[in-house]
Amino acid sequence: MVVMKMKFPFEKRVKLAQGLWLLSWCATVAGAFTFSLGCILKTELRRRAEVMDNSDVHVVPNTLMIVGLASLGINYFASKVCQDALDAGRFPRWKKMLKPYFAVSCFFTVLMLLAVIMSYAMKGSLESSLKVGLRNGIRFYKDTDTPGRCFQKQNIDRLQMEFQCCGNTDFKDWFEFQWISNRYLDFSSKEVKDRIKSNVDGRYLVDGVPFSCCNPSSPRPCIQSQLTNDSAHYNYEYQTEELNIYLRGCREALVNYYMGLMNTIGAGVLSVFLLQASVLVSLRFLQTAMEAVEGNENTEIETEGYLLEKSVKETVMEYINPVMKFLMLKNQVEEGTPGNPEIPTDVNVKPGLF
Amino acid sequence: MALMLIKFDMKKRVKLAQTVWFMYWFAVMAGVLVFSMGLFFKIELRKRSELMDNNESHFLPNLLILMGLVACGINAFGGKVCYDSLDPSKFVKWKPMLKCFLMVCVGFNALLLVTALLCFLMRIPLQFTLAEGLKNGMKYYKDTDTPGRCYMKRTLDLMQIEFRCCGNDNFRDWFEIQWVSNRYLDFSAKEVKDRIGSNVDGQYLMDGVPFSCCNPSSPRPCIQLQMTNNSAYYSYDHYTEELNVWKRGCRDSMLSYYGGLMNTIGLLVVLVTMLEVAVTIGLQYIDSSLSTLVNPEDPESESEGWILEKTVKETFTDIMDKMKSMGKGSKVDEGGEAAVATVS
Repeated sequence: MVVMKMKFPFEKRVKLAQGLWLLSWCATVAGAFTFSLGCILKTELRRRAEVMDNSDVHVVPNTLMIVGLASLGINYFASKVCQDALDAGRFPRWKKMLKPYFAVSCFFTVLMLLAVIMSYAMKGSLESSLKVGLRNGIRFYKDTDTPGRCFQKQNIDRLQMEFQCCGNTDFKDWFEFQWISNRYLDFSSKEVKDRIKSNVDGRYLVDGVPFSCCNPSSPRPCIQSQLTNDSAHYNYEYQTEELNIYLRGCREALVNYYMGLMNTIGAGVLSVFLLQASVLVSLRFLQTAMEAVEGNENTEIETEGYLLEKSVKETVMEYINPVMKFLMLKNQVEEGTPGNPEIPTDVNVKPGLF
Repeated sequence: MALMLIKFDMKKRVKLAQTVWFMYWFAVMAGVLVFSMGLFFKIELRKRSELMDNNESHFLPNLLILMGLVACGINAFGGKVCYDSLDPSKFVKWKPMLKCFLMVCVGFNALLLVTALLCFLMRIPLQFTLAEGLKNGMKYYKDTDTPGRCYMKRTLDLMQIEFRCCGNDNFRDWFEIQWVSNRYLDFSAKEVKDRIGSNVDGQYLMDGVPFSCCNPSSPRPCIQLQMTNNSAYYSYDHYTEELNVWKRGCRDSMLSYYGGLMNTIGLLVVLVTMLEVAVTIGLQYIDSSLSTLVNPEDPESESEGWILEKTVKETFTDIMDKMKSMGKGSKVDEGGEAAVATVS
């Protein structure tokens, strides 16, 4: 049962080879483009690595880079093959390599599709990683004298200013942690002692936020401290004030930014996937059409091209069987040798196995 | 005695034409580059025109845009002429206007050099515009309810954050103006009344700066208010505190930013001028070599090429004579008319 049989007269074969050559060069450029997209995404993720707890999401740019490099090779090979395709004398030397080539290129093309799917699916993992990372960032904001954490304050401040956000979920996160270093607290003053006694852990908690939460679009100078105290500032109402500090949380801001980036990249890679798939399909048609010409005196005869010689299921089994045989072979040898030394060592002859 | 005479045979002429054609394509791209640099500079000036009192001169970016466009046109035309020079039948139609075109090219190159010089010199007027504009900008910081100035606060805050600067010369400039709007001052409070009473203009002055002056690299949370009062904060000495707010003034920051930009653009324009001079010389060689064929009928004969037909001095005296004769010609006409008038 042949899959997708098509008739190919000589002119159509020539047109197919020419079209494929052009397409494969376009696909090579597209492969380089995919690689660069992967690099861009990885750079962007690494820039904010301090507020991410784990690097699970890095699997997306890594896959894109691998697929980009692989598709460069695949398409270059395809262009070489179709250049020789119309010459009946030079085509046969590629015959042996084409079967493993198709297996490898199908694998990488499927991997490309997987990368696109992953870029949409990784949202949850990214969000949980950012949740933990930002929480730690806020917790260690005050540790500007601890080695390894002394730049945490600077990073969080710059992050909040650049992404126009405040805190993890929102600005109230700053009320729950001590973000002023003990070095700058006067422990002899009454106010400090009161605040430290007011909670179990002995932390200096304030209802204030760092300056980087301030919104420049506010018509009044920024109110950072005593945010919940309406009487501390003239003409100020905490519940209705919207422009004073950023109301958005940094987790939401970062997730939106990265998902926007990954969606754009995903759309681009999807079109590259379609291009790559069309290159492979055309090459397969060209290969099968040229196979019938081989050995024939008249190279201008009409031939038939097809995608798969047998049905899909049979072809898949054909590819899987050698792999299975190799694995079964190992099992057979391990089971056989300790009990029965008379089993023949010629392991290719196994009548009852399949 | 021609200037820089070179003998050309057919092969050498072909090579020259191909090289000059290549160089013309680079020159077209260089023209596009000059155009885009002019556009970029214009956009950068417009982005901050509020801080320059909307008073900044757009002469230089406009000139750069114009020169870029003209360069593209001239170089594309020159490239076409080069391409046709290899085919005698096609070259014939360009021959009469080539001398004129070369004069235009020389003039254009001189203009490009002047543009490059301007790029380096226009820093000085920009300095004054910036100083004036920033002073006024700070004055209008609090006017967030006045139409036409309501975005000054945001612009100034964003500028101080981006350029990492505070105030005009330094952060103390903020101590001299009222930057808190009257709408948020409680005039019944004693503190406010004291401050307003303490100066002639009745302004609410304080030793504090806006939040955008804060330096994120500081190890302690930002101290914006009561900056000169050491006892207001624990372990604080405003004389030795360096990381708290940005120390640099915004005039210096913006000037070095725009100055750097203009220096880079000036340097690029100088390089483009050198490229243009090279292609003009190349075209002159092509023109002179194709007009001195030993055997006019045979396109493969030898010829000579030069930059100037006679030496520089002789060419100069030739031009002066031509100009004098043009001037004399008009005088002779007048004299002739006068003579005719007196005769008749």
